Amino acid sequence: MAQTDPILAETERLHGFFQSLGAESVEPSLLQPADLLLDLYGEDIRARAYLTPDPLRGDLMLRPDYTVPVVQNHMQAGATAASYTYAGKVFRKQETEIDRANEYIQVGYEIFGAQDSAQADADVFSAMWQALDGLPLRVQTGDMSVLMVAVGGLRTTDERKAALLRHIWRPQRFRFLLERYAGISPQPESRRQLLAIKDPLAHSEHNIGLRSAVEIGDRITRLHRDSQAAPISKTELDLLTGITQLRETYPNILAQLQDFAVDLPAISVAIVRLEKRLEEIEKRGIDTGELMFEASYGRTSMEYYDGFVFGFYDNTGKDFSLIATGGRYDALTRCLGNGSHLPAVGGVVRPDLLVKTRGQV
Amino acid sequence: MTFKLGIPSKGRLMDKTFDWFQSRGVLISHSGSEREYSAEIKGGSGIQLVLLSAGEIPRELAVGRIQLGVTGTDLIREKLVNWQTIVDPIAELGFGYANLIIAVPSCWVDVDRLDDFDAVAASFRKTHGFRLRIATKYHRLVREFLQNEGIADYQIVDSQGATEGTVKNQTAEAIADITSSGQTLKVNHLKILQDGLVLESQATLFYAKKHNLDQEHAKVLAHFIDGLGL
Repeated sequence: MAQTDPILAETERLHGFFQSLGAESVEPSLLQPADLLLDLYGEDIRARAYLTPDPLRGDLMLRPDYTVPVVQNHMQAGATAASYTYAGKVFRKQETEIDRANEYIQVGYEIFGAQDSAQADADVFSAMWQALDGLPLRVQTGDMSVLMVAVGGLRTTDERKAALLRHIWRPQRFRFLLERYAGISPQPESRRQLLAIKDPLAHSEHNIGLRSAVEIGDRITRLHRDSQAAPISKTELDLLTGITQLRETYPNILAQLQDFAVDLPAISVAIVRLEKRLEEIEKRGIDTGELMFEASYGRTSMEYYDGFVFGFYDNTGKDFSLIATGGRYDALTRCLGNGSHLPAVGGVVRPDLLVKTRGQV
Repeated sequence: MTFKLGIPSKGRLMDKTFDWFQSRGVLISHSGSEREYSAEIKGGSGIQLVLLSAGEIPRELAVGRIQLGVTGTDLIREKLVNWQTIVDPIAELGFGYANLIIAVPSCWVDVDRLDDFDAVAASFRKTHGFRLRIATKYHRLVREFLQNEGIADYQIVDSQGATEGTVKNQTAEAIADITSSGQTLKVNHLKILQDGLVLESQATLFYAKKHNLDQEHAKVLAHFIDGLGL
């Protein structure tokens, strides 16, 4: 699709604005090694990105986003603190919706290695806020770590917590596990039978495949151990459910979370983080009285955000396109860092959608 | 342009399709030798029969080169994105039954259901350093199914044939394939996950929504469909 002039002008303006905040401009290559992205995102990315075979370099991918290559470059350079901006096209297959663009410009702003997370979160958020100043927008925020901390604070086994945390980004499966662990949904018959047999591996012949008998035996041991664990209490189940359903303005959110913290004290750290971030955002001249917070926001997007998340939506009433989005992704830097990691937060703007919204005002 | 009916060109599927049409008063016979890929409809003027590989029929329907076609539901759904907007299933033919299922080694005595599979995928990745591999040729159907079920830490590897052998050859940990009786799975020491049914398929007569016909031939098509008495 041809990019028309207003979009390019907007691209330059945004890119210039982020540079004026001190960000260094970077331009990773269009073709990215596919194996890394596939390992990171799994099959979801295969459905969304253009893959192409290269007999010499292995499969390559037309960059589906900038975040991963920008983080990689930063970590390989062994850099500590830095901020970056980029402006260029990303490519996304749209498997079912033909009307959605499959190539579009993203202009981004990323802050790495900032010691004070609340300040860095507020810096990125306020940069986006300023970049989009004057547009009719609906702003949505969240914080993935609230739910994560809540799961971590449950009175249950570490294995159950790990299983729940792994599915934070898949709400249905998360719920399934939660209800299983709370004893609401019963163990399936097959599991009961397995646990009733004395030595289930004795009957198995023809061990084929890479997964060894030892691995199978280990899992059976874990299942036995898990069957002894006490169910997650009704109180904790209700608390977790309550948190996933939180959707309010900040003053109300903070009050409700304080209530939850009485029974689930672990979330206090998350509340402190929310308050500090809110304070920093206000310091940057943004009124947070009407700002919305949703605890489940970001759970269905790709799994790399693990803290503050935000989205700026068109609010002209004609469509509700997501003009800018971003968040904190400390865990991603751990996956890409070969042992090292650092705090990272960033966001991207779509100039094409911004222009469209402006045209509808 | 005359309207074209696409029929699978091989084996039992073709014979049974011929029988199905015959029972509805449409006589189809091979023109020339048994091995020649052409056939005709007796007394059917304005209708052309095309023998095609069942796997190509979805695409031919989609581009409008044939207006009617017999193929499996599995192939339509795998090959055509938004298939409901492209073709209409007008009759299930009652044969060519096949289920697309997910199967794992029978020696995985701890795995019977998808939630077991998901948990195993997590520990497999931790132990082996890569995502658990599922061999299949039905990439899209399997991915959509597992995505809807919220399964993580797997990857799909392509297998265009002898898929049941991939686990033994250690090129995959699990498979997703079409099965009718399950016999091939059994002899290859695989078992079906209890809730691992991705799709139930059977031979189906499809109508191409974009039929590319002029009015006169569209009438012939409509008349033909009416004549089937569905």
